[in-house]
Amino acid sequence: MKLSLVCLLALATVSAAADLSQPIEVMRAVQKEGQGNEAAAKAWQEIVKADAATLPEVLKGMNGANPLAENWLRAAVGVIADEALKAKKLPVEALVTFLKNTQNSPGARVVAFDLIHRADEKLAEELTPTLLEDPSADLRRHPVAKLIDAGDAALEKKDSAAAIVAYGKGLGAARDEDQIKVLAKKLRGLNQKVDLPKHFGFLMSWKMIAPFSNADRSGFDTVYPPEKELKFDASYEGKTKEAKWVDFTSTDEYGKIDFNKPFGMEKSVVGYAATDFFSTEDRPAEIRIGCKDGWKIWLNGELLFARDEYHRGAKLDQYKMPCQLKKGKNTILVKCCQNEQTEQWTVEWEFQLRVCDATGTAILAAK
Amino acid sequence: MKTISMCVLMCLATGVVRADWLQFRGPNASAVSTDAKAPADELKIAWAADLPGRGLSAPIVVGDRVFVTCSSGPGQETLHVFCFNAADGSKRWERAMRTTGRTMTHPKTSVAANTPCSDGDRVFALFSSNDLFAFDLDGNLLWLRGLTFDYANASNSLGMSQSPVVMDGTLVVQSENDSESFVAGLDVATGRNKWKLERPKAANWTSATVWKNTVALQSSAGILAVDPATGKTVWDYSDGASTIPSSVGSGETLYAVSHGITALAPEKGSVTQLWRNEKLNSGTASPLVLGDSLYVVNGAGVLIKASVKNGDEAWKLRMKGPFSGSPVAAGKRIYIVNERGIFQAIDPNVPGGKVVQEIELKETVLTTPAISGGALYVRSDAKLWKLQ
Repeated sequence: MKLSLVCLLALATVSAAADLSQPIEVMRAVQKEGQGNEAAAKAWQEIVKADAATLPEVLKGMNGANPLAENWLRAAVGVIADEALKAKKLPVEALVTFLKNTQNSPGARVVAFDLIHRADEKLAEELTPTLLEDPSADLRRHPVAKLIDAGDAALEKKDSAAAIVAYGKGLGAARDEDQIKVLAKKLRGLNQKVDLPKHFGFLMSWKMIAPFSNADRSGFDTVYPPEKELKFDASYEGKTKEAKWVDFTSTDEYGKIDFNKPFGMEKSVVGYAATDFFSTEDRPAEIRIGCKDGWKIWLNGELLFARDEYHRGAKLDQYKMPCQLKKGKNTILVKCCQNEQTEQWTVEWEFQLRVCDATGTAILAAK
Repeated sequence: MKTISMCVLMCLATGVVRADWLQFRGPNASAVSTDAKAPADELKIAWAADLPGRGLSAPIVVGDRVFVTCSSGPGQETLHVFCFNAADGSKRWERAMRTTGRTMTHPKTSVAANTPCSDGDRVFALFSSNDLFAFDLDGNLLWLRGLTFDYANASNSLGMSQSPVVMDGTLVVQSENDSESFVAGLDVATGRNKWKLERPKAANWTSATVWKNTVALQSSAGILAVDPATGKTVWDYSDGASTIPSSVGSGETLYAVSHGITALAPEKGSVTQLWRNEKLNSGTASPLVLGDSLYVVNGAGVLIKASVKNGDEAWKLRMKGPFSGSPVAAGKRIYIVNERGIFQAIDPNVPGGKVVQEIELKETVLTTPAISGGALYVRSDAKLWKLQ
């Protein structure tokens, strides 16, 4: 009798777990412009009624899901978890297992860690050092912060050597600009060399050509010769002078590629910068750009993105473009358009570009 | 949802007018409460609730619930929607989501800059990242959109703040910027586009005005009034307008933040200019109309009273500024909070106007209060207060 009951319960559990696969798939099917919203709303209602034991399964649904589907599932996880936390039934052990499996999506693992933290702060603290080299930049923040604290504590005890070790380890793992800046400053304060361009993976050496016309901002859509051919010994008619390719290597440690330096402070102009990036293998990557001018970018002749916003601000990793690098030479071409504004804060005609993986870890060129 | 509907029915049956504050600047985006119960002459902090992130979005009030949004995390990637009990500030629910669009903003603003809105049954929360979520009042997710996920160049590196409005089953969402600039009418039930219009390619932080069965969309080009059901133009004023403070409608007149204030009497297909006063220069705050007067807060923190009939100035009152949020009004009082968190209640009926009460909230406040049930709700980057 007892055995039958156990079997029934087991079957019910299997059945309940199996039942969730369909609503999870419905949520994963949502697409742009609200496609799939109606079905997802019904599926969401099914999922939020599920037992807390299903949380790892719902989180697993986020693996490979698009960001919209991730949010549907994230919201469902939140509701289930709120109830489970109230009832003290959060499946912490299963969530730790989920967290430790780095094949699971970074977004889902961040949610898992947050839940563990809410349920058992001490356990979350114990797990923190294991996340230092995590594929998720978010999860790296906690252990990096702890290393900053450890370095500070060592310095208070006048133990510079220990501080350098802690800060150095922290910098090696840090992927967020704020933490990197802090660590670089602390290490330099201890007379340590820090190579920020290498850490970030900025591309520092380019061939550049300018000035083509951007009168009335029409240059953004004008196809100038560099978009058709990259002939570095060629010259073309420019807006105010002959446009010729020049070599430029940035000395800015945040990899700023400044057109004003080789070409002067021109307005209403278009410039191009080209470089070759040698990859050791065929691999997915991200090209990340920061730019406050209008810009376009091509990888091996394929347009990755174009943006016609001027002087609203720039920052590291402002735009992230997933791409595929091929083994060997990859040619990157950037078009950078300066507009007609004359205010002091509109003189910048520049960009900053790095090649990295999805975590923000620099991919260094083979040569 | 049932509780709210029942509450509405009971209010109707007893003749009590329940005046929710359902969007940025409340009823019809007028900034004036229609609640029968005005706040008391002397206000105190009734409660304060902690918020885990930043925000310039104003609170909204639906029945006995207060909704507010905020953003947290090193890059403001976590988006929060909160529902609090108006009575005691206890949390009813919270949802935390993740941005799918860009989170870069000017340091002064934040990703939670757009005020949510409600049709009484649903809450629509839009963020500067162009993420948009629809919840029922109990926190059930009804639908979501990632408008930058949909339209990849719809973003502003300084941040966006246009608050959505809802009217007759259509949610009107603006994402006006230098690049992929648009306004869309979405089905409130599904979040799908009913219509979508291109807008001027220029950064714009103004919010729509709901007025005379139209949604008036303000931009540097002027003001375009559209039918919310179809997006079709009802009238178009093309003499330019501000891109920060928003216009206000009252009675048959729209007071456009254009060349100071320009009073417009739009007919179907045409617009008549009634008067213009170029000295009524709004700073960041949007104007309001109370009784037969128009009130403008200029960039120096001076409240200017003017006649709605001809724009003639009546008086000026220097308040404690500076202001990022807009004034609101209920009964015979105007309320505003400055950036340093000094809440100020103004009696505009005494000659020259008078600040009759100040409350120091002791935090930076960059937003506009909400009014409901004789209380005001104000938020900072860390707190939501009820003043009663």
